[in-house]
Amino acid sequence: MTLIDLANYDVVYRRPEALTNVQTHYCPGCTHGLIHRLIGEVIDELGIRENTICVAPVGCAVFAYNYFNVDGCEAPHGRAPAMATGIKRVMPDRVVFTYQGDGDLAAIGTNEIIHAAGRGEDLTVIFVNNANYGMTGGQMAPTTLVGQVTTSSPYGRDVELVGMPMRVAELISTIPGASYVVRRSVHNVANINKTKAAIKTAFQVQMAGLGLSMVEVLSSCPTNWHMTPDSALQWIEDAMIPVYPLGDYRVADAVEPLTKRRQPAHQQNGVTGG
Amino acid sequence: MAKELWKGNEAIAEAALRAGVEAYFGYPITPQTELLEYMAREIPKYPGRVFLQAESELAAVNMVYGAACAGVRVLSSSSSPGISLMTEGLSYIAGTEVPAVLVDIMRGGPGLGNIMPSQGDYFQMTKSLGHGDFHPIVLAPSTVQEAVDLTYGAFELAETYRTVVVILADGAIGQMMEPVVMPPARPVMTEEERADWALRGAKDRERRILTSLHMNAEGLERMNLGLQSKLARIQRNELRWQETMTDDAEVLMVAFGTAGRICSSVVQSARRAGLKVGLLRPISLWPFPEQRLLELAERVQQILVVEMNAGQMVLDVKAAVAGRAPVHFYGRLGGVVPLPDEISQQIDKLVSQPAGAGYKTGASNGFGHATVVPAGDARAEGRI
Ligand SMILES: Cc1ncc(C[n+]2csc(CCOP(=O)(O)OP(=O)(O)O)c2C)c(N)n1
Ligand code: SF4
Ligand SMILES: [Mg+2]
Repeated sequence: MTLIDLANYDVVYRRPEALTNVQTHYCPGCTHGLIHRLIGEVIDELGIRENTICVAPVGCAVFAYNYFNVDGCEAPHGRAPAMATGIKRVMPDRVVFTYQGDGDLAAIGTNEIIHAAGRGEDLTVIFVNNANYGMTGGQMAPTTLVGQVTTSSPYGRDVELVGMPMRVAELISTIPGASYVVRRSVHNVANINKTKAAIKTAFQVQMAGLGLSMVEVLSSCPTNWHMTPDSALQWIEDAMIPVYPLGDYRVADAVEPLTKRRQPAHQQNGVTGG
Repeated sequence: MAKELWKGNEAIAEAALRAGVEAYFGYPITPQTELLEYMAREIPKYPGRVFLQAESELAAVNMVYGAACAGVRVLSSSSSPGISLMTEGLSYIAGTEVPAVLVDIMRGGPGLGNIMPSQGDYFQMTKSLGHGDFHPIVLAPSTVQEAVDLTYGAFELAETYRTVVVILADGAIGQMMEPVVMPPARPVMTEEERADWALRGAKDRERRILTSLHMNAEGLERMNLGLQSKLARIQRNELRWQETMTDDAEVLMVAFGTAGRICSSVVQSARRAGLKVGLLRPISLWPFPEQRLLELAERVQQILVVEMNAGQMVLDVKAAVAGRAPVHFYGRLGGVVPLPDEISQQIDKLVSQPAGAGYKTGASNGFGHATVVPAGDARAEGRI
């Protein structure tokens, strides 16, 4: 038997230094973990691990601080942008990011995110939209699609009763203090790569002191959608993206050079597609 | 040090600055707003310190929480309705065991109530400043000078115990002007002085996590037992109160803050009238000086608790004295401040009536006749 000499091999895949070596608590097929990995890779690539502070939400990502190998804390439900503001304001040279679900950011925490954006806080917000309250067992969120069945909309989301789904990237993009607001998805490899690039830009925006950066990520919740992991990814493409178009909703002029984009940031409707 | 004339709210703010507070987050509310305005004006003069007006008390308390996790001295201030909004965050701060200082300049409640001085938040502060088993340290000044001194020391106290310290005053103390000797200004903490739990970035060390989340029952029980033993240490070490002429007192008054201050002048007039009246003024409301009250209860014949609420601290007094002396209550509500004469009349009633006749039960019904609010008194023109 010959031993494999690792020196002869290139490492092509390994755990980023910014992630810890622990078991995941996320459900099989859930893309929360994938998004964590993208953040971890970006933190490594930017060399900011020792300088970064993570503010975890209340939601399925409540244990986010366990997975990131950076200093971390736990905000009350929806309050992460306020807590992150407190941290960033007293340590302006650190990199502070929040990781928030759609219940956390778009329901109970709307005030905090809007005002953090309004003040142009130098924070990075990773906003995970899975069209429901995952952690509490799949209730309706402001982002739940019309007709979507959840445990608290058992007959499907009824527009007469609760209105239309809330489009957060579009909403935040109207606030001047938010200089980089995009929507991405992680339902296939091409989009995973685009999501990673956006997360990287978002952190760079913060490091350049250009104001709030937010990446909304369409993410799967196979458990509460009652789907297989595969069909959940398909549902993102078929059902979610038509309601939540991917694209760049605001890329401030000062941010433009960071995105290395060939196209102008804004089309007429503010969406560049993709 | 020379005495200077200071308004209560501004004096508290200045004391915090001199104690080396690095960040202030708040939201305007009467009768506390001058504190926020003072910080807005003064903090920009200190490079590196932070003033930020939050969008709500909800946001303010969570900004405080974040800054506290970063290991800096941080302050917020509000008044009753705003404190109600902060309670979720305060519970997180207590559960995470990070230090923070909060000022509550109480106003009349419940609801929007009014902007007059009140002591209606005693229960909220000492018993339930948020969900779960915890108590903040609650300190109640009765003069502007005392508010300054307590605020100045509050940060160290918060850091020693990694807990919330509340300066609990009312609109009277917040708004009045009094001569004050300001303490010397301390420099802010250096990077080396930061606590060994503070989140400053995991450079050349293991990463740190600050959370109040403990998913398994045994783990959370262990955390809670730790919290309880810390609270027990606070109860042993941080009791504060002031006594006036209690040595030979036959009637002991118990009152805090503004009511305590009024009662100390009642002691003087009662003594001039030859009545043996004394006062115990709790300064720390939590921990509460129960042991000292029990000792005094063995010696006095009557206890009269005076509060600007419907009878809140009186329950703690009754629990402390455990039936050793009859406990009576006199209170005014809705922002009405009791006059010394009204309180003296209560004392006259107590001493003219033998202890056995109707008062021995300790029934605290003393505010019933006093709730008639003189027209216009409590509904002053309001910046609600
Ligand atoms: C003040 C408060 N209200 C309600 C809850 C219960 N709660 C926990 S997680 C959650 C919803 C989380 O949903 P989302 O933010 O979409 O995250 P997901 O689990 O879907 O990733 C709720 C309502 C709470 N913890 N605190
Ligand atoms: S409940 Fe949904 S969001 Fe939460 S871990 Fe499971 S799949 Fe992911
Ligand atoms: Mg969700």
